[in-house]
Amino acid sequence: MPIAIGKEDEMKVSEIVGKLNLKVFSGEVGLDRKISGAYVSDLLSDVMGNAEEGMVWVTLQTHQNVLAIASLKELAAIILVKNFEPEADTVLHSYEEGIPVLGTDLPTFEIVGKLYNALK
Amino acid sequence: MKLVFEIARGDFTAAGKASSGIKKVLKQLLVDPKTIKRIVVAVYEAEVNVVAHSVGGTLTANISGNEITVVVQDYGPGISDIEQAMKVGFSTASRKVREMGFGAGMGLPNIKKNTDELTIQSQPGKGTMLVFSISI
Repeated sequence: MPIAIGKEDEMKVSEIVGKLNLKVFSGEVGLDRKISGAYVSDLLSDVMGNAEEGMVWVTLQTHQNVLAIASLKELAAIILVKNFEPEADTVLHSYEEGIPVLGTDLPTFEIVGKLYNALK
Repeated sequence: MKLVFEIARGDFTAAGKASSGIKKVLKQLLVDPKTIKRIVVAVYEAEVNVVAHSVGGTLTANISGNEITVVVQDYGPGISDIEQAMKVGFSTASRKVREMGFGAGMGLPNIKKNTDELTIQSQPGKGTMLVFSISI
């Protein structure tokens, strides 16, 4: 389920990078993007149909269609879990779109718990 | 205005070209952002369907003053049971496609949910034509 948060509290992508100790793989220009909430799913059509603009997307998918969806849905950033790394064309697309691809060594459950606490 | 995109079989790197092209045009035409979002979801899902399931096809968008109509024509293999294909969760996608996070059986339902009108005609062995429209 998406978490929606109030506009006045909107956090920047760079702030969650610091708070959650995330790696920044690519798309640094987008670290100033504002976060409107988060969505967690590895099914691309689920994200396509239900994520909202400005959300951070937590997933284990690393191929470039992830960036295509993030760009079409105007998401704020992508967080890859469990040490997954973006594929080369995902990195390229991330720079082209200015949407950061971030990473963590934590599994989804743990990083989403931290993200929820940071955003709520 | 007419925009035409060729979609090749199995080329997932190109999935998103039509939707992102159409999105750019609609933004410049100052179409309501909420409407653009619906159109983008429908067009992207249609593109992915052609890439994942067909031997290839074309996507044509006709934009008039108050409506966008999208025609997606592929050259086969066709859908034998359209009612079944429309069911959430039903998919014939390959294992490889599912591992990428596609093939969850949400594509056609997502298209239906985001369009004002949707028709699907299909001839097994020949091809499928999907037509949808959205008021802009």
